[in-house]
Amino acid sequence: MSNRPPDLAGAPGGIAPDDPLERDLSDVEREILELRRITTAERMALGEQIAALEARAEALCEEIARHPSAWQRVQLARQPGRPKVDEYIAGLTSEFVELHGDRAFGDDPAIVAGLGMIDGQPAALIGHAKGRDTRENIARRFGMPNPEGYRKALRVMKLAEKLRIPVVTLIDTPGAFPGREAEERGQSEAIATSLLGMARLRTPIVAVITGEGGSGGALAIGVSDTLLMLEHAVYSVISPEGCAAILWRDPQRTRDAAAALRLTAPDLAELGVVDEIIPEPPGGAHRHPDDAVASVAAAVRRRLAAERDRSEESLLTARYEKYRRIGRVREITAADPGGQTE
Amino acid sequence: MAPPVLDWFGRPKRAAPERREMPAGLWMKCPRCASLVYRKELERNLRVCPRCGYHHRLSAVDRLALVLDRHSFEQTDQGLVPEDPLGFVDEKPYPERIAEAVRRTGQPEAILTGTGTVEGSRAVVGAMEFGFLGGSMGSVVGEKVARSAERAYERRWPLVLFAASGGARMQEGTLSLLQLAKTSVALGRLADAGVAFISVLCDPTTGGVAASFAFQGDAILAEPGALVGFAGRRVIEQTIRQKLPDGFQTAEFLLEHGLVDAIVPRGELRAALARLLRLANAPSDPARAGAAAQGWEVGELPAADEQPTA
Repeated sequence: MSNRPPDLAGAPGGIAPDDPLERDLSDVEREILELRRITTAERMALGEQIAALEARAEALCEEIARHPSAWQRVQLARQPGRPKVDEYIAGLTSEFVELHGDRAFGDDPAIVAGLGMIDGQPAALIGHAKGRDTRENIARRFGMPNPEGYRKALRVMKLAEKLRIPVVTLIDTPGAFPGREAEERGQSEAIATSLLGMARLRTPIVAVITGEGGSGGALAIGVSDTLLMLEHAVYSVISPEGCAAILWRDPQRTRDAAAALRLTAPDLAELGVVDEIIPEPPGGAHRHPDDAVASVAAAVRRRLAAERDRSEESLLTARYEKYRRIGRVREITAADPGGQTE
Repeated sequence: MAPPVLDWFGRPKRAAPERREMPAGLWMKCPRCASLVYRKELERNLRVCPRCGYHHRLSAVDRLALVLDRHSFEQTDQGLVPEDPLGFVDEKPYPERIAEAVRRTGQPEAILTGTGTVEGSRAVVGAMEFGFLGGSMGSVVGEKVARSAERAYERRWPLVLFAASGGARMQEGTLSLLQLAKTSVALGRLADAGVAFISVLCDPTTGGVAASFAFQGDAILAEPGALVGFAGRRVIEQTIRQKLPDGFQTAEFLLEHGLVDAIVPRGELRAALARLLRLANAPSDPARAGAAAQGWEVGELPAADEQPTA
C-alpha cells in the first residue's frame, strides 16, 4: 500500500472530503493508523485486521478512480507515485541519449530532452521532469521549467527537424516556474518562442499529457499534430487553486473551480482539444505504473507510425487548421444579427 | 469624460461607457506622483502626467487614434462576439461578466482590429482593451489576432499589435489556453512569409498574452513604466519567499535584461512605428505618405466598417 494516494482521501489544504467514498477511505485510513500504533505500542499481532482494512482502502481507491470528480482527477494527476518522464522514455525507447543545456545560460533539470530509438527509428523525446522524492523534486523544481528549459526543448526540436525525425513530448508540470530569475531571463519570451517554433516545426509532433498539464508551462512543449492524454491527467489554463482565489476570492472553492474549468480528459475530448484518451490501470497510473507506461508507449508508437509518411506541407497545413479551429466564437453581421457560431 | 476621438468609431448605440480610471471632474490625481493635474492638460499630453511622466492606460480606441493617420482606420471582424463554451459560472455567470464589460467599455471584446496607415505606411493593426475583463484572451481575442495575422499574410502588410492584458481568460478554460497556440500558428506562417510583426507592450502585459504573441514580435517596443511579465508578483513572492525589488517586471527592467528593443515614450510612438514600418518594407499609401503627426484631439471619424447591432 506504499503507493496508495496519500492525499486523495485526506484533507488537502485543509478541505474536508465531501464525497462519501472519500470519507469512508479517510475513516479506513485512520483505523489502519490506529491499529499500526497499537501493534507497535501494545505488541499485539493485528496483521490480519490491518491487511483487511488495506484491502478495503484499495477497493475504495479504485472505486473513486472509476468515476472521479474533476477535483479528484486533479488529485490523481498529481499523485507522486505516477510514472515519471524517464520511465516513459525507458518504456518507449530501446536506447536514449540525453542532451543537456540551452547553449546560452545553463541546463534546466526540470526538462529532460534527448534522442531515442523507437521501434528502430530515431526520435527526439522531451518532457517535464518531476522528482521521485523531496530532494529530487527540489533539484528539478517540481517539474516547473525556467526559460533555459524551454530553450533547451526548442533546441532539441530544431535538431529533430534537421534530422527529419519526429518529436515526442511528455507533459507533466504544475506550470512554468514563477521565479525572479525566470522573469529576468525572459520566461514569457522563452514560452512564446517555443510556441512559435513548434507551430512551424517541419516534422511530426506527438504530445502526451501524462499528469498535470499546467497552463502555458505545459503548452510550451505541447503544440502538436496529435495530443494524447492519460485518463486521469488534467489540462488547464490555471490551477483550480489559482482560479478559486481569483474568481471566487476563496481558495477553498477549488472543487467548484476544478469542475467549472472543464479540465479533465473526457471534457477536453468533448471540446475537441484532445485526440485520444489513454485508459489508466484500475485505481490510476500510480497504482500500476508499469501498465500505465506500457499503455502510453503503445499509443505513442501507433501515432508515430501513422504520422511517418506525411509530407511536410500536409503536416504544417493540418497543424495550422487544427489550431485555427480551436475556440468558440459567434459572428454577427448586418445581414444576420443573430450570428453564426463557429 | 471620454476624449473626442471616441467619436471616431461608429460605436453601437449602447449606454455611454463609464470610464473607471477617469472619474468626472476637471482635475485628477496622478496615481504615481499624487499631484493634481488639469484633465484637459492631461489629454493634451496624451495622458502622460506632465509632472512625473506616468503613462496612464489608454483604451484601444485612443491607442489607435494616437498612432494611425486620420481617416485611415478600417475596423475588421467587429462582429465577433464571445460564446460561453463551458457554461462557466463563478460568483457570476460568464455571460453576465461579458455584458458588464461591454457596457463599461463600449467594445464587444478585448481587442480592436483593422487596417490603417502610420505616416502613410500601411499596416494591419490591433489594440487590446484592458478595461474589457482585464484584456483577457479568450476565443474571440485569439480569433481576431489570428485573422489579423492572416490579413497581413494575404496583403503582405506588416502587423502591429498593442498588447494590454492580464493573460488568458479563465472563463473559457483550456480553450483560452489554446488561443496561445492558435495565434502562434498564424503568426508563424506570417513570419515564414517574411512579413514583419511589431509588438508594442502596454501596461500591463502579463501571463498568456506575454507568453505568446506579445513576445513573438520581430521588433518589441514597450511603453515607459509598463508592467510586463509572465507570473504575477505575488505568486513569485510566495514561491521564492522573498520581496521583489521595486521596478521588477517594468519596461525598464526588460530593456536592462535584453528582452525588448526599445522603450518609447507615448509622444514618440507614432514616429517610432512609422520608421520601423518603413524599414520593414511596408507598402505606402501615396495619399497619406506626407502625413505629418497629428494631435489625437483633432481626430475625426474614419471610414469604419458598418457596426453590427447585436
